[in-house]
Amino acid sequence: MASVSDNVMKFFRSSSNQAAVPAVPQKLTRRSSGMAEISRLLNSQESLCVLDMGATSASNIRFFTGRGHKNYSEDLLRSSLDPELRVRDSEGNSVIDSQRFISDNLVYENAQFDVVLCWNLPDYMEESLVKPTIDRLWSVMKPGGLLLAFFHTRDAGPDSICYRYHVTDSELLEMQEVKFAPPGRPSSEKQSPRLQRVFANRHIENLFRDFASIKFFLARDAIREVLVVR
Amino acid sequence: MDAPKTGEFAHIGKSVVIKGELSGSEDLYVDGSVEGKIELRNHSLTVGPNGNVKADVSAKAVVVQGKLEGAVTASDRVDLRKSAVVNGDVTTQRIAIEEGAFLRGKVDIQKDGKAAGSASS
Repeated sequence: MASVSDNVMKFFRSSSNQAAVPAVPQKLTRRSSGMAEISRLLNSQESLCVLDMGATSASNIRFFTGRGHKNYSEDLLRSSLDPELRVRDSEGNSVIDSQRFISDNLVYENAQFDVVLCWNLPDYMEESLVKPTIDRLWSVMKPGGLLLAFFHTRDAGPDSICYRYHVTDSELLEMQEVKFAPPGRPSSEKQSPRLQRVFANRHIENLFRDFASIKFFLARDAIREVLVVR
Repeated sequence: MDAPKTGEFAHIGKSVVIKGELSGSEDLYVDGSVEGKIELRNHSLTVGPNGNVKADVSAKAVVVQGKLEGAVTASDRVDLRKSAVVNGDVTTQRIAIEEGAFLRGKVDIQKDGKAAGSASS
């Protein structure tokens, strides 16, 4: 029977795989059509509520608060790796308690957010958490609110680097490789999260079926940007 | 870390545990555990690397190197150092966040002393 730590470690790229990946610059930049649309919304209204579900980013906080908006930070990928979420099902398999995950995280009032930045969260999060998370986001977003998510295309290999995104301009993102230590491990053992799956377009549409509309932007770097309207 | 350099400050060492309301008219450096409420109207609070604060905080400036859980209201600025772990909403005029700091909560920047109004109330 796999231990809890074994189940957590599957979310991180192995060190042998890391040796095969060519070295990449620490920070890259990319133009984001989805972010450009969100920036238009931010520039047209005041005091919007933005939920950033990536790692804490001073750049993002500065970008949104500098424009007069409120910024909420919640690193949901890190939260999903909490070993205390792991329970045994009736067959003794280690599974994530998705109900507890939702009750412990994204604790906000209904219809609170104008903008939600999912970034690449659905690609790297445990599968059983993805749909409940999207459903919760629907409930905490205002009608007409925008949600931006990034999905890898099939061209992306299993060792696709997990990036965090820093908003540096209205349509420019700085990408920085995500590394954090698995729970219970020292910070010297930081690893990168592993790509869990590649969504087909129909799966993405199904994921956001409760939303009003969905728009895809295909980029050259094997990323589909998806902008949905609540 | 660096404890406040200027003037006098009160120091809560890492073995000290306090439950209740703290208020004062000098800077405060907390490297122990505080649970309750901290109010330092025109002074600064520093949560040291060993500090574990579970309290709503109201001060002129707040520097966090350890753990802080609660609402933070700073009339001037909030400074999250790389080892900071903050769970709670932050209301201030300015905020600086070092790479590696963890924040879970809202950041509400209020210019023109609006945060001061709520800090002193």
